[in-house]
Amino acid sequence: MERTISFTLNGKPASVKVDDERMLLWVLRSDLGLTGTKFGCGEALCGACTVIVDKQAVRSCSTPVKDVAGKQIMTIEGLGQNGLHAIQQAFLEHHAFQCGYCTPGMILTAYALLLKTPKPTHDEIIRHMDDNLCRCGAHVRIVDAIQDAAGTAKGGAL
Amino acid sequence: MNQHELNQLDVNLSRRGFFAAAGAGLFVFFGVNRVNAYQEPARLPQRQNMPSDLNAYLRIGADGRVTCFSGKVELGQGCTTSLAQLLAEELDVEYNSVDMVLGDTDLCPYDMGTFGSMCIPMFAPALRAAAAEARAVLLQMAAEQLQAPVERLQVKAGVVTDPSTPAKRITYAQLVEGKRIERHLANVPLKPVAKFTVAAHPAARKDALDKVTGKGKYAADFAFPGLLHGRVVRPPAHGAKLLSADTSAAEKFGARVVRDGDLLAVLHERPDLADRALGLVKAQFDPPPPTVDDKTIFDHLLKTAPPSRPVGAKGDLAAGEKVSTTIVEETYLNSYVAHAPIETHSATANIENGKVTVWVSTQAPFSVKPQVAQALGFTPQNVRIIAPYVGGGFGGKSAGPQAVEAARLAKATGKPVQVVWNRAEEFFYDTFRPAAVVKIRAGLTSAGKIALWDFNVVGAGEREADSFYDIPNKRALSAGGWQGGNPPGMHPFGVGPWRAPSVNTNSFARESHMDILAAKAGIDPLEFRLNHLSDARLRRVLEAAAKQFGWKAAKAPSGRGVGVACGVYSGACSATMAEVSVNKTTGHVQVKRMVSALDVGWAVNPDGMRQQMEGCLTMGLGYTLTEEVHFKDGEVLDRNFGSYELPRFSWLPKIETILIDNPGAAALGGGEPPIITVGAVVANAIYDAVGARMLQLPMTPERVAEALKKKA
Repeated sequence: MERTISFTLNGKPASVKVDDERMLLWVLRSDLGLTGTKFGCGEALCGACTVIVDKQAVRSCSTPVKDVAGKQIMTIEGLGQNGLHAIQQAFLEHHAFQCGYCTPGMILTAYALLLKTPKPTHDEIIRHMDDNLCRCGAHVRIVDAIQDAAGTAKGGAL
Repeated sequence: MNQHELNQLDVNLSRRGFFAAAGAGLFVFFGVNRVNAYQEPARLPQRQNMPSDLNAYLRIGADGRVTCFSGKVELGQGCTTSLAQLLAEELDVEYNSVDMVLGDTDLCPYDMGTFGSMCIPMFAPALRAAAAEARAVLLQMAAEQLQAPVERLQVKAGVVTDPSTPAKRITYAQLVEGKRIERHLANVPLKPVAKFTVAAHPAARKDALDKVTGKGKYAADFAFPGLLHGRVVRPPAHGAKLLSADTSAAEKFGARVVRDGDLLAVLHERPDLADRALGLVKAQFDPPPPTVDDKTIFDHLLKTAPPSRPVGAKGDLAAGEKVSTTIVEETYLNSYVAHAPIETHSATANIENGKVTVWVSTQAPFSVKPQVAQALGFTPQNVRIIAPYVGGGFGGKSAGPQAVEAARLAKATGKPVQVVWNRAEEFFYDTFRPAAVVKIRAGLTSAGKIALWDFNVVGAGEREADSFYDIPNKRALSAGGWQGGNPPGMHPFGVGPWRAPSVNTNSFARESHMDILAAKAGIDPLEFRLNHLSDARLRRVLEAAAKQFGWKAAKAPSGRGVGVACGVYSGACSATMAEVSVNKTTGHVQVKRMVSALDVGWAVNPDGMRQQMEGCLTMGLGYTLTEEVHFKDGEVLDRNFGSYELPRFSWLPKIETILIDNPGAAALGGGEPPIITVGAVVANAIYDAVGARMLQLPMTPERVAEALKKKA
């Protein structure tokens, strides 16, 4: 059904008049021009399309836009609007990426973890990140970066 | 015009166009034909048809920034960073003042493509020489300006000074300002690697900020007013022919439909609605005849392969047979493996004033260009191909068929068009790493020395089929492979280069067989290898890995679950040791630790090299443990990551990387070498753990459990 859906996007009010069954990924990328959120599989199997909805990491490729009405959405463009976020800084310093295509999804998945668990153990990081795929094999550095960010985030920084 | 003529025309046009467009500054042009002077010939990879014309431009602008234009592509391997380091080093400018412009056919000179770990060995020497020459030209000009002998001048961060007269200083920017300088100096010496301060040291990646902020653009991130998203009607199986298609429902939905010869596509201004429209097309296909599936493929390969060609021989096999007291014969198998980059094939095409520009995820923009030109009937100068950041290649983006699709649809609709393959298309049209069968027959003397080695590979290709071990009587045969020369129908779909083509297959077989022989001889597998190895660099990587790993000699199976494997790729030497645990009930294998040593001569960016090593070891676990393409009668049954499982965080072993420093040798690429060791090192560690020899990749839990059952 085509209707107007309103939500908060990266801290600012936004609304789109769309078929409300459409997936958030395409509304973000095509209707709203936010291309930092990536398409990888279309079936919530890779995590490249991860965004934050009300502090949870969700797969935007499989989230109908009607489900986010009235909610707070954050994409990679919204993280670190005032300078790099601690997780971005850690990914940058650890070179926790290669091709960079899965990186926005990795960073936002890690962001949701640190919101919930500011000092995750190694095993908690592995478990939380396990459904995000990286083909280049940057995994070891991604884990290091998240641990580093958790150490330097100092609680309130998130 | 053939492809070569098109390319030549292209080179000349782009050179002229570049001069016209680039204005003032110091330009240095160089080609890869300078390479040989700076290489150690024995280690130079054998490559045919490398272009000998211009390979990059180097510009020092009046603003002091240095720009390097190269047809190479940033796939994540880090060439944006390593090439900039080399340039900064030889030119004596700040690393941060170097800008790289890559993969743009209008701005960069011809480049064959980004593959085979070739950026560093083929391109870096030429780049260094060009930068050194530019520095010498600038110093000569500075000497004239400052009226000081050139020998006395020093240069740091692009500022030339005369130490005897501190007031005498001039910057590169001042030297080139407003002028077009074309000077040539022959035989300018390069800096010795030992004196390097920028290259051969870890550097911050130039693509980091773009990638952690999501601002970096990939081919599907370009948008234009009126952009349409094209979805092509695909057959359900390779070989299926389109009989009829009813597109009326898609049109009613609001999609545009294009029929252009063999191309049938629906287009919509929203990508997901284009998907929906595609689902409304009722297409009838003629089912292809039954062919092969993932179980029958190995017999099929043996039946359909072309005659084997000798690719290496030494001594006399019959003589080797005679002195052998033990003969070991085994057959090693591996299935088709997909590239599966997270970014699927993507392209955005825009036609303006008779010129098409296509942003495309490809490793070879200059190969895509003539294809687009031909498909549209455009002259090459009216085609511009840009490879922006590419979301993983691994050999799978060596062509760019999606660019042709997007360009044809843009021409047909008169609108900019984006084509992004979905995951099922990515699997279906992938050019897989070929399935292969390797038979090895080897003989041991009573003294535990290999006297006979007969290696026969079918399907994978010949690279590294010939063993580097010291064996008096040996032969290597190869039939078919990833590079073509396969009879029609041998491989039921496209095959092509996959990170370290041929060499994953051949190394898995060779290194597994070495372990079997070691066990038969009752000798520790590391010692057994060293007993047959006079190559100093291979010995050194093995010894370095063993030291770090804490390898303790024992006859396998020792129950500890440790393994070793080594190999050579494009001249680089790699050795890996691993520790695994095997669940004897489920057959599940967990790799706990990997120690890998690599000799690439010297690494331009040691941290970047470690990134590549870690990537190789992690990605390699996929082809080793889970990755195989399931198919039947031309239909690719894997359509997404549910059935085709990539390595995950929970698989991660502890990874330790060792870089062998060999500054006197040529710098080689490292994006591929360590991956070649992964299949065998894990197979050998599994054998050491549980005494079951795995002969087929991937070593899925089912296959491991079956091997354990068979052994019991």
